Amino acid sequence: MKIVLQDLTKIFPSRNKKSTDEVVAVDHFNFEIPDGKLIGLLGPSGCGKSTTLYMISGLQKPTAGKIFFGEDDVTELSTEKRGIGLVFQNYALYPHMTVLQNILFPLQNLTGPDKLTKVQMIERAQEAARLVQIEELLDRKPSELSGGQQQRVAIARALVKMPRVLLLDEPLSNLDARLRLQTREEIRRIQKETGITTVFVTHDQEEAMSISDMIVVMKLGVVQQTGKPQEVYDDPANLFVAKFLGTPPINVFKGRVEGGWLYLDNERVLSVGAVPDQDVMVGIRPEGFIIDPNGPMHCKISSVEVMGRDVSVVSTHPALVSPSIRSIVDADNKIDPAQQTIAYRIKPHKLFIFDSENEERIPFEVK
Amino acid sequence: MVNSKQWKAWLYLAPALVLLMVFTVWPIINTVRMSLLENYSGLKAAGGATFNLGFGNFVKVVKYKRFVSCLKNTVLLCLWTVPISTLLALLIAVALNSIKFLQKALQTIFFLPYVTNSIAIGMVFAAMFNIVGSFYGTENEIVVTAGIINNIIEFFGGHRVNWINSGSTYTANMAVMVVYIVWNALPFKILILLGGLQAINKQYYEAAKVDSTPRWRVFTRITVPLLSPMLAYVIITGFIGGFKEYTSIVGIFGETMGPANEPLRLNTMVGFIYDSLSNNSQGRASAAALILFSIILAVTLINLWVSKKRVHY
Repeated sequence: MKIVLQDLTKIFPSRNKKSTDEVVAVDHFNFEIPDGKLIGLLGPSGCGKSTTLYMISGLQKPTAGKIFFGEDDVTELSTEKRGIGLVFQNYALYPHMTVLQNILFPLQNLTGPDKLTKVQMIERAQEAARLVQIEELLDRKPSELSGGQQQRVAIARALVKMPRVLLLDEPLSNLDARLRLQTREEIRRIQKETGITTVFVTHDQEEAMSISDMIVVMKLGVVQQTGKPQEVYDDPANLFVAKFLGTPPINVFKGRVEGGWLYLDNERVLSVGAVPDQDVMVGIRPEGFIIDPNGPMHCKISSVEVMGRDVSVVSTHPALVSPSIRSIVDADNKIDPAQQTIAYRIKPHKLFIFDSENEERIPFEVK
Repeated sequence: MVNSKQWKAWLYLAPALVLLMVFTVWPIINTVRMSLLENYSGLKAAGGATFNLGFGNFVKVVKYKRFVSCLKNTVLLCLWTVPISTLLALLIAVALNSIKFLQKALQTIFFLPYVTNSIAIGMVFAAMFNIVGSFYGTENEIVVTAGIINNIIEFFGGHRVNWINSGSTYTANMAVMVVYIVWNALPFKILILLGGLQAINKQYYEAAKVDSTPRWRVFTRITVPLLSPMLAYVIITGFIGGFKEYTSIVGIFGETMGPANEPLRLNTMVGFIYDSLSNNSQGRASAAALILFSIILAVTLINLWVSKKRVHY
């Protein structure tokens, strides 16, 4: 089931009737979610990603625009009739029911031709429990489960009625780091096994990049970029997307293009082809630095962190906008801690130039 | 060091402790003592009489025909009013919780009985259910009208019912009492249940919506279970209050505790205790008070035992 979002807009009216400062939570969102894919809605808090999810679920009504499930326009359809599964951020498991009763609950609501017998229901519930590996917990109450187990129960409850669409709202935010890693792989596995079109919301870029088929990066209600995670990472549309994706984050500089060359401070760093002369913002990925004694860029070392496989060099540069430069270089590079400065050559495809006014990407040809 | 600290602690507690000892602990002990002294009477005791130890007071109380009728009235009123008022309060609370418009205003209106004197309300109810009616008009023309309830009944083509006046039936009397007590008990219950409803996480309802749950099932499977601690509280305090019913009877029937031709017909346990006290039979009153206490205790224990299985904390 593909999902099409057409000019989807949500405006929250201001609380005070007299003032006009309404909040545009989602602004003309156009996107087609392909059938059977896992999509990550990504952005900082307040970017409208959850609102988008709740509009797909029907719990919130769009101010304008349309939502299609396959060919059906579901914009006016109430939540009950959309046939979706939704996993809430806090799971919203019914605390007074056992795990089994929680999973059975959606099935007991089925009416008409979909109505199941008790035996069928229990079979389906057990099947869902097996999928998320909680068969041995069926008689427990939610309060007797760990966060990760509760999360799986919530997924089982959402999956048991075989929804057309599965929606996950920050599903991993309540889990500890190790469990988060494990659970996100689990979500990926379950999604692949069931083939249900899945949309999940997260503010954690690593999480989104690691399991999504496609990501949608949002900022203040406006979609910034959509695409496969690696493509978005390698080819950010603007400075916001470049900054939002990647750990450690991208290093941002103020620079200037003159005569086809990019200058940082007074150092001629890179040839950028036909870009017209102007002031620019420059982003360099941490892995874009190569240590080279003859390199054009000279930085003052603050500290060197050895991390086994890699070495992380923290340094400063006069043109720097971010607090410090973090470059990741191979551990084979021996760096003398006593040395004050370090010289870098830059990998051209790890360096992005942005307009200094609107922060849009300025493409350049690498020679 | 520890001792001096403890000494200070006791000092700070002293005002409360002294009051508790004088007005709560000693009266309880004294009640037990008086109940076990046969035919104890405060007046006679003051005159220097002595009393035998024994269970005579209890035997006497139970053998009283009046006591049996008081017990019957009390139990009947409890069994009628607690379920009705709880159910009504639940429905009203859910309805109030689901509207936005006028919610605060309606909440205030429903709460008004709670802040109104129950004797005053009783008198109003008595007037409403009256059959004789009230007289008004001028010297030349006196208009007689029945209570508003009978007027309404007549308006719809029914016959007047003698609710509370001389010659009325026991059933009619009880019906008036049930209506009055339920109405009087509603505000507190609504308040508690509304508070409980507002504390329920809205996401449960969103989750139920996502799972296409019909309204009725949302109510029975989600709202009621999640509200069950509040419901248990309301039911238990309802029974305790019900067994102590007294003022409501006085409010409607006055001190006769029944229609004019049948005084004391609607007397309750607490009424029986008051009557015994005014007869200077403190021994009998104490015994009745202890019997009432043990009944309330038993009912509360049963309530708690049931709620252990049914309430989801």
